[in-house]
Amino acid sequence: MSVDKARRGPPPPPPRRGFDWRAAALPSAISAISVIVVFGALGWAITSADEWPRIRLQFFNLDAMAAAFPRVLQGFWINIQVWLTVLAAILAWALVLAVVRSLRAPWFAPFRLMVVLYIDIFRGVPVLLLVLLFGFGVPALTLPGLPNSGLFWGGIAMVLSYSAYVAEIYRSGIDAVHEGQRAAAKSLGLSEWQTMIHAILPQALRNVVPALMNIVVALQKDVALLSVIGVRDAVREAQIYTASTFNYSSLIVAAGLFLLATIPMARLADWLTRRDRARRLQLSA
Amino acid sequence: MTTPRIEIDEVTKYFGDKLVLDRVSLSVSPHEVVCLIGASGSGKSTLLRCVNRLVEHDYGTIRLDGVPVDDPSFGKTGLQRRAGIVFQSYNLFPHMSVLDNITLAPRKVHGVPRAEAEARGREVLARFAMDRFATAYPEQLSGGQQQRVAIARALMTKPDVLLLDEITAALDPELVGEVLAIIRGLKDEGMTMMIVTHEMAFARDCADRVAFLDGGMILEEGPPAQIFESPQEDRTRAFLQRIISAGRL
Ligand SMILES: Nc1ncnc2c1ncn2[C@@H]1O[C@H](COP(=O)(O)OP(=O)(O)OP(=O)(O)O)[C@@H](O)[C@H]1O
Ligand SMILES: [Mg+2]
Repeated sequence: MSVDKARRGPPPPPPRRGFDWRAAALPSAISAISVIVVFGALGWAITSADEWPRIRLQFFNLDAMAAAFPRVLQGFWINIQVWLTVLAAILAWALVLAVVRSLRAPWFAPFRLMVVLYIDIFRGVPVLLLVLLFGFGVPALTLPGLPNSGLFWGGIAMVLSYSAYVAEIYRSGIDAVHEGQRAAAKSLGLSEWQTMIHAILPQALRNVVPALMNIVVALQKDVALLSVIGVRDAVREAQIYTASTFNYSSLIVAAGLFLLATIPMARLADWLTRRDRARRLQLSA
Repeated sequence: MTTPRIEIDEVTKYFGDKLVLDRVSLSVSPHEVVCLIGASGSGKSTLLRCVNRLVEHDYGTIRLDGVPVDDPSFGKTGLQRRAGIVFQSYNLFPHMSVLDNITLAPRKVHGVPRAEAEARGREVLARFAMDRFATAYPEQLSGGQQQRVAIARALMTKPDVLLLDEITAALDPELVGEVLAIIRGLKDEGMTMMIVTHEMAFARDCADRVAFLDGGMILEEGPPAQIFESPQEDRTRAFLQRIISAGRL
């Protein structure tokens, strides 16, 4: 049986998939109203509390915020600089650790063991403790030829701690690369090292980008730990202001600055994760 | 008598305590095509992988043109250059273009300059009608096209031997033909091949010899007509019977 094309005429047009305002109006309106109602009720409950005027004075005092802002912002710039420097060091050092741990050559065994110990130790100890130990302890030794600042050694502590986590993330990415890729590389005559560099790592790194994004966000906040060893970051500057005025609005300013930086990054991480999942679904289809 | 191209002599392989190959002997003459058939788990892939040392056998000897495959004269990569392998799941590198995939080994392992490697790469691709896809990535290709690239990759170093492990098993039925046509072309040019396959029709008209593996042993081998029409062993008959009832012969 054949179809008489002339008799059938043209097919119906493709359905319009543009944004349909009428269909979207009611759900949107309901969402908007319920958001306003719930947040309004919360806001009213908080601001009508007896303590609210005192809370506002202590934490949300606009004059105090304005006065503290320049110094806190200056401190936050330190946070950003430390964050980026430490991040670069972590990503590079952790990669070395992960690769050493993943190479299978027998004579590599002592190095593999060292990495395993390293990861166990630095993952098992609180970052704060490491920051105190390195930030106060090492400068006290006045090691010849090495910087003596708390900032430097505090940064080293962050690198040691975070690289243990990041190395494990890299390693999960390396392990997730299909065994067939190794077989293919080996059968082409690539050495274990060449296999790692040309075949495994590029795929592994692509796999772990979403997981790394979460680390990047966490690290941005944890840089504030350096304030305990006297680094004049945003938190430290805010604290200094608080100590002289007994007003906590400066800390709220610092919190606001952190949120300004971390929320977009968290959204980016979500987006990367979604894109990654879509890619995997497509690949396995 | 000429030296066999591949000579597998009493090869035994264990995975842990599991005996996977039991004193297997098989030789393949230059330009000969030998198909390995047998049930899943009978050791076909393992035997193939022992030839290029992707898997190390425990006992016995495998020789390529009379030289044991673990002989130091092969150096680190000589064996891999002379024995190419193609896998069921293509195993192309997903982060590299087709051209980079096939020129990786020549460039990084055998020190061929990029321009030269790419010129040869385009030549090999053109032979398989894949030159249009030189800059494409594997995920943009059909299964049949990916497998053609994988074959091209294995041929880049002008190997003397090609090992093919169920290379059409992952393909949609309408794409099987284009890959088998390539293998037939290679046979006509005189390539020596060991082919693991479930495509019995292909084995019957392309193989010079067929070997039936069962439980890690070669139970029966001979010309395809003999194996398919008058198998001597009950187990061979039973295996072929199962294949026929599955509609593969
Ligand atoms: N790397 C390995 N480690 C442990 N056991 C293995 C390994 N590779 C294969 N085996 C086992 O060895 C036996 C033979 O496997 P092999 O892959 O050679 O069989 P096959 O004939 O190719 O089967 P199939 O048709 O399913 O591909 C199987 O029982 C398998 O489970
Ligand atoms: Mg197999």
